[in-house]
Amino acid sequence: MKLYPTIGLEIHAELLTNSKVFCTCSAEFGGEPNSRCCPVCSGLPGTLPVLNSKAVEYIIKAGYIMNCEISRFTKWDRKNYFYPDLPKAYQISQMPRPVCLGGHVDVTVDGEQKTMRINRIHLEEDAGKLVHDDIERVSLADYNRCGIPLIEIVTEPDFHSAAEVIAFFEKIRLMLQYAGVCDGKLEQGSMRCDVNISLAEKDSDKLGTRTEVKNLNSTKAIQRAIEYEIYRQTELIENGERVVQETLHFNDATGETSSLRSKEDAHDYRYFPDPDIPPIIFTEEELAAIKADIPEMPEQRVARYTGEYGISAADAKVLTDSKRVSDLFENALKAYNNPKPIGTFIVVELMRRINLGELDLDNMKFTAEDLAKLIELAETGKISKDNRKIILREMLETGKKPEAIAEEQQLWIKEDNALLEKTINGIMEANPKAVEQYRSGETKVFGFLMGQCNKALKGAASPASIKAMLEEKLKG
Amino acid sequence: MELKKQTLGSLREMLDTKQISAAELCKEYSDSIKAKDSDVLGYITVTEDEALKNAEKAQEIIDKGEAKALTGIPLAIKDNICTDGIRTTCASKMLENFVPPYDANVIEKLKAENYVLLGKTSMDEFAMGGSTQTSAFAKTRNPFDLSRVPGGSSGGSAAVVSAGLAPAALGSDTGGSIRQPASFCGVTGLKPTYGRVSRYGLVAFASSLDQIGPIANSAVDCGTILNVICGKDSRDATSANKPAEDFNAKVGKDIKGMKIALPEEFFADSTDDDVKNAVLAAAKKYEEMGATLVDCSMKSLKYAVSAYYLVASAEAASNLSRFDGIKYGLRGEGRTFDEMIRDSRTRGFGDEVKRRILLGNYALSSGYYDAYYLKALALKQQIIKEYNEIFENADVILTPTAPTVAYKIGEQETDPVKMYLADICTVTVNIASLPAISVPCGYNADGMPIGMSLVGRKWDEATLIQTADAFEKTFERRYSEV
Repeated sequence: MKLYPTIGLEIHAELLTNSKVFCTCSAEFGGEPNSRCCPVCSGLPGTLPVLNSKAVEYIIKAGYIMNCEISRFTKWDRKNYFYPDLPKAYQISQMPRPVCLGGHVDVTVDGEQKTMRINRIHLEEDAGKLVHDDIERVSLADYNRCGIPLIEIVTEPDFHSAAEVIAFFEKIRLMLQYAGVCDGKLEQGSMRCDVNISLAEKDSDKLGTRTEVKNLNSTKAIQRAIEYEIYRQTELIENGERVVQETLHFNDATGETSSLRSKEDAHDYRYFPDPDIPPIIFTEEELAAIKADIPEMPEQRVARYTGEYGISAADAKVLTDSKRVSDLFENALKAYNNPKPIGTFIVVELMRRINLGELDLDNMKFTAEDLAKLIELAETGKISKDNRKIILREMLETGKKPEAIAEEQQLWIKEDNALLEKTINGIMEANPKAVEQYRSGETKVFGFLMGQCNKALKGAASPASIKAMLEEKLKG
Repeated sequence: MELKKQTLGSLREMLDTKQISAAELCKEYSDSIKAKDSDVLGYITVTEDEALKNAEKAQEIIDKGEAKALTGIPLAIKDNICTDGIRTTCASKMLENFVPPYDANVIEKLKAENYVLLGKTSMDEFAMGGSTQTSAFAKTRNPFDLSRVPGGSSGGSAAVVSAGLAPAALGSDTGGSIRQPASFCGVTGLKPTYGRVSRYGLVAFASSLDQIGPIANSAVDCGTILNVICGKDSRDATSANKPAEDFNAKVGKDIKGMKIALPEEFFADSTDDDVKNAVLAAAKKYEEMGATLVDCSMKSLKYAVSAYYLVASAEAASNLSRFDGIKYGLRGEGRTFDEMIRDSRTRGFGDEVKRRILLGNYALSSGYYDAYYLKALALKQQIIKEYNEIFENADVILTPTAPTVAYKIGEQETDPVKMYLADICTVTVNIASLPAISVPCGYNADGMPIGMSLVGRKWDEATLIQTADAFEKTFERRYSEV
């Protein structure tokens, strides 16, 4: 009996609005506990929620990029439950009329393309955070996160492996970042994933009993939780035991899941329409304007890079896999429209610096225009290509302009024929054997002599002019 | 000065012509409160020092000749309307020591006029009730007969106006909580159209029904206050953006030709004969003034109380969940969150509030939602439809405000269903979001006041005030003797 996993996801993503979803408090991450809350988001009596229209715009964008139907009529509901991190004791969410319904996202796993269906996306508010102090034996509530706008993306159970889930999760994370809807910072909890998973025989038309693993906030945790649940449920079924429908917590330290609550303990959330927030009816014009405002998605950029710019598929993927890298590339192109050398330099040199931890794109000391200038200097023969690296290192350390660095370190190609001739003569005198070999037909030593000249000139002459003069001199 | 007989108009004139200073006027009311409130029990918190400070500031404005309609006018505020730095209890142990760090929108507007805050008035706990006897702090008495209830839930506001302990007050009305106590205490109370007045800072009972409004000695006084407190508020998404208007603009205009509808179900056997007769006599008076009386019917009235209690309790159960002892208010004890929350709510809420929380949660529970809550919403649509049909052939609707006059303290509170049914004349107005005004229209053999209600089209408070004022001018009002 081969057991086959079926997986569905609920992904929460925090929206990148400046203010919270129902009040004007800052929606920024962090801050001193309870420094970013007001009477509204801390649930004081008499206060009322007022919907942030930016959050609505963002969820509509999320819907469009995931090919959803946008409801022309949408409304908000209260989800009632008591918990100390939820100051109103109800969460404003959406039940029967979410903003987005039915969508799909294609992912490629092991070279195979699959379509994953989206059931719905709705807008809701985040809860606060509890901090438990085991020594003082108290729990403290921080309401800074209360009221941060969240979208919940609910998929159909279309996934059958951890790899498919990760591919999907990474793809929508990237798309949401491109759309400017979510920053996708997993370490700050900007995206969290609940995984519903069940096992059944491959051709069975019935699904097995499912469990739900809550609040996974890294791709690694998602992968490990799925693998563990497949293992755990397989063991149970093979031993003739029953899988219990329950909500689970994944322990990062042990790599195991443990029960939070069983089906019997499930809350009755007593959903009903929130009387404080009038429903919204969207006009076609409003929706069209929001749709038109959606930036280019990563797939479209890849197509443009390979099609229009002639960049290789592999390089195009590297350039688009991070929105910041891709934006840097785009901005550099605006200053100097020469995609191939800029693209290659980013893929080879910049990515190396990023991977080595020498460059943080969030805190760059130089601009995309500086980068474009650096490439332009090399492409127009003002500096040698090798010297780009030296200048880049200085740029990322000091933020100085590439021209200034070239000037300071005397890295300009001088096209000084006297200097060139003197240097080439010196190299030929110092290497009579190589000169002789060349002249007797062993032309491959040319590379060696060329290298010697380069080294001596330190980029003061262009390779083309070195080559021309050296060839001439060698001919005798 | 005979405080009970003062209107905002008469006080305005005295202040503007310097017959009295704002501080002296304030003191008159403070003294009256000191002398009589121990009998009436209308106030939970008296803000004497604050009032005097407000009055002195108001006097400066008056002296500069920059007085607005309510500058220097003392007012009482129902204790479910948040006042910055002043305790706001909702007459509940749960909020006994709650001091809001913000003003309700209506308070901001009154402050912009430099009004004088006399104090916070008693009410049924969290505005749930019709007697003010569920108040945890001041079980207000009716100034016409101290052994009777003042009505509720804005019983404190109605009683202090009736007893001359404030010239006017703000109340809130979810199912009749302004109109019924106004009727019981022989004063005038206006429930504006839903959305006319911002609810920001009004501690929510049933959000889709709650509306703040004035209780005063005349319809015109109600209009004067509504002129100040109305308007769109960016912090209340349900407040409406309506063009500014003077709600007293139609006062004094002839009501000849006006069509006044009397829905037969409101004059059924469950309504006392004294009440029916007084309201029908008022109708006759309108006819004499040239109005046309129109017979009509509201078939779904018999379901209205059920629909109201389902919707109101469901919203209340959710609205009152935030009182869990964690952030503010009474905190109970317990080893876990659950135990602490349970103990806080067990100790903080009174019986009536608990009853409605249970009812509301029951109605929202899975398996019951469709049968109760959704049905109630369907009835709401039916009631709106029936009102629309009546208004096709009428300008205002005339009904009793309550089936009885004020009853004796202790007489009805033991039977919640009987209490709920007494709301039959008022709840449909809230369900349909309409404006309505209760006006004294007679007295029974015991001398207890009888009120009639005029119900208007949405946003047509001006016609209500015009119609109410036309009657008031012909009516010999009596004053309480407290």
